[in-house]
Formats: sequence, structure tokens, C-alpha cells
Amino acid sequence: MINRFNKYRYASPATFYRLAGRLIPWFYGAAALFCVAGLYIGLFLAPTDFQQSEAYRIIFIHVPAAWMSMFIYVVMACWAALGLAFNTRMSFMMASALAPTGAMLTFVSLWTGALWGKPTWGAWWVWDARLTSELILFFLYLGFMALQSAIDDPRRADRAGALIALVGVVNVPIIYFSVRWWNTLHQGASVSMTKAPSMASIMLVGMLVMALAAWMYTIAAALSRARCIILERERNAQWVAQMLEAEA
Amino acid sequence: MNMSQTVMVLLRRELMLAMRRRGDVLTVLFFFVIVASLFPLGVGPDPKLLRLMGGGVVWVSALLAAMLSLGRLFASDYADGTLEQLILTPTPPVVWITGKILAHWLVSGVPLILVAPVLGVQFGLSNEALGVLVFSLLLGTPVLSLIGAIGAALTLGLRGGGVLVSLLVLPLYIPVLIFGAGAVDGAMSGLGSEAHLSLLGGILILAFMLTPWAVSAALRISIE
Amino acid sequence: MNWHSWQEFLYMGGYALYVWGSFAVTAILVAGEILLLRLHRKKALELALNTVKYGKVKNDENEA
Repeated sequence: MINRFNKYRYASPATFYRLAGRLIPWFYGAAALFCVAGLYIGLFLAPTDFQQSEAYRIIFIHVPAAWMSMFIYVVMACWAALGLAFNTRMSFMMASALAPTGAMLTFVSLWTGALWGKPTWGAWWVWDARLTSELILFFLYLGFMALQSAIDDPRRADRAGALIALVGVVNVPIIYFSVRWWNTLHQGASVSMTKAPSMASIMLVGMLVMALAAWMYTIAAALSRARCIILERERNAQWVAQMLEAEA
Repeated sequence: MNMSQTVMVLLRRELMLAMRRRGDVLTVLFFFVIVASLFPLGVGPDPKLLRLMGGGVVWVSALLAAMLSLGRLFASDYADGTLEQLILTPTPPVVWITGKILAHWLVSGVPLILVAPVLGVQFGLSNEALGVLVFSLLLGTPVLSLIGAIGAALTLGLRGGGVLVSLLVLPLYIPVLIFGAGAVDGAMSGLGSEAHLSLLGGILILAFMLTPWAVSAALRISIE
Repeated sequence: MNWHSWQEFLYMGGYALYVWGSFAVTAILVAGEILLLRLHRKKALELALNTVKYGKVKNDENEA
């Protein structure tokens, strides 16, 4: 069983399973550390904003979540492309493992965007280009997950999901451009969330540290989800039996 | 048999099948008309408001109608085994897939374009805007069939396929909706609609070149 | 340090609902995901153990 995958040692589910198991605690730890540091910078060190008072502190969550949500979709599409090109099962599993975390972070960025918008713009929801694109990204994540869960055959689910992820990633720039175009035509220049003129460098540092925390968390969550998927799919394989017996 | 012959044979077959099942074509058309007619009932008969919304409403209705018709694209050929036969033919899949999508557009897209001016008149669109509406639909509805074909191919034979297709395909339809409805808006407000229409044309060219490949990959995934 | 007291910190210049609403929901979602992952892992382990013990279980769509 294992011999067949010697060529792609790290692409073998068995190797990946063990390696991920060792790495996950470190990534969770790093995420917690960055999170504490980022929150300390964001809530205690960063000064009060001139225009937005304390409400701006939401961006320490909102911006990293929005960054990660987009980044994860691109990474997911890269895994999907790798899987379709080289037929490596691990790539497909990584793509499916990333999706729920990406969807969760997209939701976080929408939710915090609404809570930031209410005191700043006076409305929970504004059809701003960024918010609208983020909403569409959320739909893309949901479509990917719905398609995969509707297909029983894992091989077909992998490939179909990979294809829709690739189609999505090709469309994302077009969608973003069209939404921005629509937005400028209908309500003039939109208020930018991140480009506050008084952005102090300590605020930027706080955002970056929180982004690192989100990044580490995403890796940890995706790796542990991938491990679950491996166990479910490979439960008939020799190495799973050996591992479980060794642990018992 | 060369490629253009194959496409012609396929087109004739699809159109003949559509003629036999006229009910399906009419259902999609009526759906389009009914959805568009619901909006005035929902928002009130104020002519100023309706004139403002007209282009967008007709376009949203066209999007929903196009989505509704996707089920027919591959499902019956999949059920009776024709699809597998087509895959086995020496003709490159991209060729007959383009033919099938073209046929689907002729059957489900063109009727929408023909009826759209009537709906536009109901919403009080100007003559110029009506022309732009028809032209934007002419450029946009083929894109709906092309992109929709990817969703239809991926969901072949799945439970709850219809709802799933809408979740997959509607987000990808957004640029077409924006530029199509924007063109009508531009004509109504006098800002001009050339930019919207040329972007729509660009999307059509891009979709025409890329989607048949994606559909061919999707069909292989679904049938294997 | 910006804050003179805990009350002031929690009050967030009058934006407590928005700021803490964002932070709390994010914390709940992250905690929820970690919890779900644990459940998922438990189920997957159970499934694998059963498969090892009793051989291929019924309703098994995986050919491995």
C-alpha cells in the first residue's frame, strides 16, 4: 500500500497523517501566541482613532479575517489545480479541508463589517464594493461545500469540487471588477475601510500580528480537518489498522 | 464526418427534440414573464420607480429563467446514455459541447430576448433603452448558457441537483447581470451604454473560449 | 496605555456593543470550529476502529 506512493512521499496520506499530527499543536500554539500579542497591541497599545473613536478597533479582527478569507480561496484553488494536474489525493483533501475555515472567516469579516459599518456609516449593511465582493465570496465557499457534500463518491466529489474552485478563482477578479464598477456608478466613491488617513503604524502592526494569528489558526484547523478526512477515507488501509493497534 | 457537420447534425437533433417538447420551452418563457410581472405588484405601480428598475428586473428574471432551463441541458442525454456515446465519438468533446450549448441557447435564450421588449414596455423603458435591452440580452444570454453548462455538467445525476446548480451558478452570473442591467440603466439615464456593452461582449468572448473546456472536464468527472 | 479603568475599557467609548459584539462572535465561531473538529476527529477515529475490528462495515462507499 505505502510502496505505491514512495515517489511522492509527502503526498502519501500515511506520511501526511503522522507529520500533520506532530505539527498541529505547534500551529495552534503559534496562533494563540500571535492572537494574545495582537489583541494586546490592538486593545491596549493602539491609540484611540480621531474620527472613529474606539469603534475602529473592530478592524483588528475584520481586516485579518477578510485577508485570510480571500487568501484561503486562492490556496484552495491551488490545491485543486495540483490535484487535477498530478492526481494526488492529498491535494484534494487539503482543498476540502480549507473550505469550512475559509467560509467561517468570510462570515466573520461580514459580521464585523456590519458591526463596524453601523457606528461609522450609520447602517448595518452598505452595498459597498468590498462588502458585496466578500458576500459573493461567501456564496462561492458555500457552493463548493454544497457540491462536495451532495456527491457520495469521494473521487467524483474531489474532482468536481476542484473544478468549481478553479472556475471560481478565475471568476473572482471579474466579479470584483464588475462589483467595483457597479458601485462607482451607483453611489460615487465608496468609503474605504482600511485606508483611514490617520492610520498609525502601531495599528498596522496590530493588524499584521492578528493576520499571522489567523494564518496559523487556519493551518492548524485545515491540517486537523485533513487528518479526519484521511481517517474516514483510508480506514480500510493497512497503515490505519497498524497505527490504531499500536496506539491501543 | 467533419466537425461542422457534427455540430449541424447535433443542432438539428436538439432543435427537433425541443420542438417535440414545446412545453419545456414555454414553461421557461412563462416563468420569465411571471417573475418580471411580480415586481410591480411587490413594489407598487409608481411609473418613475418602475422605469428606474425596469432593466434590472428584466435582467434578474432572465438570470432566473436561464438557471431554471439548465436542468434540460444534459440530464436527458445522461439518463438515456446518449452522453456516453457522444464522449466515445472521435469528435473532440469541446466541439459537440459547444454545439449543445448553442442549441440550448437557441431554445431557451432566444425566446427570452424576443419577449423582453414587451416586458420593457410594461416597465416604461424608452425606445432607445428597449433596443439596448435586447442587444445586451443578445450578448449576455449566451454567457448564461455557457457558464450554466459547467454547473449542469457537475451536478449530473445528483440528488437536489436543481437547487445545487443555482448555488453554484448564480454567483458566477453576477458580472453579466451588472453589465447587462447597467447598459439599460445607461441608456435610460443618458450616460450611454457602450462601455457596458463592450465589457459584456468581452465576457462573451472569454466565456466562449474557456467554458467548453471546463464543461468537457466536468462531464468527464461526472460520468467516469 | 489608553485606559484608566476597567469600566472605561469595557465601555469602549460608547461602542461596546459593536466592538465586543465583533470580538465575542469571532471567539464563539473559532471555539465552535475547534469543537466541531474534535467531534469530527472522534467520529472518524470511531469509524476507523470499527472498520479495523469488524472489517468492512456495511454502507461503505469507500473502496480505498
